[in-house]
Amino acid sequence: MDWYRVQALVVKEFLALLRNKASRMVLIGPPVIQLIVFSYAATFNLHNVPIAIYNEDAGAAARQLIARFQGSPYFSIERMPKSGRRIRDIISDKKALLVLRIGPRFSRDLALHRTARVEVLVDGRNSNTALIALSDVNAVIQAFSVHWAGTHGWRATPAILVTRAWFNPNLRSRWFIVPGVVGLLTLVVALLVTGLSVAREREAGTFDQLLVTPLGPWEILLGKALPGFLIGSLEATLIIVVAILWFRVPFMGSVLALYLGLFLFLLAAIGVGLAISSASATQQQGLLGVFLFLVPAVILSGFATPIANMPLPVQYLTYLNPLRYFLIILRGVFLEGDGIAILWAQYLPLVAIGLVTMTIATWLFRRRLT
Amino acid sequence: MNRQRLRGLIRKEALQILRDPSSIAIAFVMPFVLLLLFGYGVSLDARHVPIALVAAHPTAQTSGLFSGFRQSPYFRPRTYADMVAARRALMKGRVDAIIWLRPDFTRTALGGGAAPVGVIANGVNANNARIIEGYIQGVWASWLAAQARERGQPLVVPVDVRSRVWFNPALRSHDYLVPGLIAVIMTLIGALLTALVVAREWERGTMEALMASPATITEILVGKLVPYFFLGMGGMALSVVMAIVVFAVPLVGSLWVLFLCAALFLLTALGMGLLISTIARNQFVAGMIALVTTYLPAFILSGFIFDIHSMPWPIRILTHIIAARYFVSTLQTLFLAGDVWPVIARNMAALAVIAVFFLVTVARISHKRLD
Repeated sequence: MDWYRVQALVVKEFLALLRNKASRMVLIGPPVIQLIVFSYAATFNLHNVPIAIYNEDAGAAARQLIARFQGSPYFSIERMPKSGRRIRDIISDKKALLVLRIGPRFSRDLALHRTARVEVLVDGRNSNTALIALSDVNAVIQAFSVHWAGTHGWRATPAILVTRAWFNPNLRSRWFIVPGVVGLLTLVVALLVTGLSVAREREAGTFDQLLVTPLGPWEILLGKALPGFLIGSLEATLIIVVAILWFRVPFMGSVLALYLGLFLFLLAAIGVGLAISSASATQQQGLLGVFLFLVPAVILSGFATPIANMPLPVQYLTYLNPLRYFLIILRGVFLEGDGIAILWAQYLPLVAIGLVTMTIATWLFRRRLT
Repeated sequence: MNRQRLRGLIRKEALQILRDPSSIAIAFVMPFVLLLLFGYGVSLDARHVPIALVAAHPTAQTSGLFSGFRQSPYFRPRTYADMVAARRALMKGRVDAIIWLRPDFTRTALGGGAAPVGVIANGVNANNARIIEGYIQGVWASWLAAQARERGQPLVVPVDVRSRVWFNPALRSHDYLVPGLIAVIMTLIGALLTALVVAREWERGTMEALMASPATITEILVGKLVPYFFLGMGGMALSVVMAIVVFAVPLVGSLWVLFLCAALFLLTALGMGLLISTIARNQFVAGMIALVTTYLPAFILSGFIFDIHSMPWPIRILTHIIAARYFVSTLQTLFLAGDVWPVIARNMAALAVIAVFFLVTVARISHKRLD
C-alpha cells in the first residue's frame, strides 16, 4: 500500500464532494438544522396540552382542584363547557385532548369524608400521548388528594410510594433523545458520503479511469472510506458540542470511550455505505440502497421506541444494526457515566460488523472489476 | 394543453416505469417491507419489564406486596438480597427499576401508616420510565385495596379518578402507530418516486430531448405526474389492506373518504419530489434533500409519535408546512374515530393548499430553456 497514492485519491474525493456548492451546503447545513429542530420537537414530555373541564360542582374544593390544573405547566385549559352534551364534540373535533368532569357532589362528598369521584375522558387516537396525559392528570389529582387528606384530618394509607429516577431525575426525554440524534445524524452523513461514491464514478464513466491508475482495489476503497471518516467525525464532534453546550445534556462519562465508539461506529457505517455503493450500478440504485438500510436502521435501533418492546424475532434482528450499539454507547457515556471497561459488549459487535461489511465491500468491488 | 401530446407523454412515462422495475419496487415492495418492519418494530407497550425486588426485612406484608408484582403481566421481577446487589443490576441494565422496602416497612405499615415504598427507576429512557412508574402505581393501588378489604375497613382516599379512553379503549399502540406509519411511508415513497426522475433526465441529457419537442412545460409535468400518481395509489391501497388484514386495525371511517384524502396527500408528496428534482438537477443533491425534507420530518414533526402541542412554538409553526402532519391526523381519525368532518375538512384544505403550492412552484420555475 502506497500512502502517497491514497492521499492523492482522498484529496480528489474531497474535491469531488466539496466542489459543487449545493453538495457542500447539503453536507453541513441540514445536519445542524435537524439537530436543533428534532431535539426540540422529539419530546415525550407533555406541555400545554389543551384540556377542557366540565365542572358541575359549585363548592370550594372543586375550585381548588381546578386551580391546580391552571397552575400546571402540563395543561392549558381551553374550554369550560356549561353542559355535558358538548363533551363528545370537544374530543372528537380535537379541540381538547381530554375532558375532566367534576360531578355535582364532589365538594359534598369530600366534606363528609367520603371518596369523591372525578371522571376523565381521553382521546385515544394517539394512545401514547393519551397514556402520558392520563398519568399527568393522576399526578395532579394525587397531589391534591394528599394535600386534602393532610389538611382535613383523613387517616393515612398504610404505605406510600416514594419515586426517584436515576441518571435523569426529572425524566426529561430530551436527555434521552439528543444523544440519539447524534447517532442518527452521524449515520446519515456517513452513509451519504460513502453510499454514492463508487456509483457516481461508475455513472460518470470515470470509474474505468480510476482502474487504470496504479492504485490497487484496497487503496481505492481506503481512499473512498477516509473522507467519510473525516467528515463523519467532524460533524459528530460538532453535534456533540451542540448537545452539551446548547441543550445542556450532562456529559458524565469519558471522552475516550465516546470517541472509541464513534470510530468503530463509523467503521461499520462506512462499511455498509461502501458495500451498497459497490453493489449498485447507478446513483439511483445507490440512493435506494441507502434508504432501504437507513429507514429500518432508525426504527430498529431503540432511537424512539425501546427494543425490549419488540417481538423476539425482531429483537434478534436489531443485533445486526450498528446504530443499536452506538446509541447504547452514547446514552451510557452521556447520562450514566460509562467508561471503556463497561462498554466492551458494545464495541466488539461494531468491530465485527465493520470487518464483515468491509470484506463484503471489497469482494463486491473486485467482482465488479472482472 | 393538447390531449394527444399529453397522452403520448403519459404513455412514454408509463413505459419507462414498466421497463425500469426500480419504480415498481419503490411503489409496492417498499410499503410492504416497511409496514411489516415498522408495524412489528415500533411499539410503546412495555411488557415483562425486568425489575428488582428488595425487602430488607421480609415478612408476610412484604411478600404480599411483592406477589402483586409477580402476578402482573407487565413485570418480570427478580429478588435481590440487598440494595448493593440491586443497584449493581440497575447500573448494568439488567433491571429497569428497583422496589425497595426498608427494614421498618411492616412495623410502620401496621402502625401509623404511610410506610415508604422506595421506587428507583432508570431514567435514561424517560418515557419508558414513566410508563413503568404508572404500572408500579397500579400494582400498589390494588395492594392497598386488598389490604383494606382484609382488615374490613374500606379504603378511603379523598379523590378517585375514573378514566375512559375513547376511540382506542385498550390503548393498543398499534392501532394508532400503523395509520401514522402509512403516512410516513407514503411521504417517503411519493417523494422518492419523483425526486430522482427529473434529476436523472437532466443528468442524462434526455431533458433536452423533451425540451426540443413541441410539448409545453405543463404537459411534460402532468405527463410525469399521472403515471406516478397511479403507482403511488396502488402502494397506498396495499398499505391500507395490510393495516386492516395483518395488523387488525379497525377502519371506522369510510373507504372513499380515505382514498380521497390519500389522493390529495399523494399530490403533495409527488409535487414535493418534482420540486426537489427540478431545483437540484443532480441525483446526489436531490437524494440528500429528499431524505432530509421527507422521511425524518414526517417521522418526528408530524405528530406520529411526538405530540405537536408539546413542542416549542417556533417548531409548532414549522409543523404546519409538513404535509404528513395533516395526513397523520386524518388517518388516525378515519381509522379510529370515523368520518369526523370538522377534523377531516380542516386537514384536506391544508393538504390542498400545499399541493397547489408545490405544483404551481414547479410549473413556474421550470422554463423551457437550457442554461
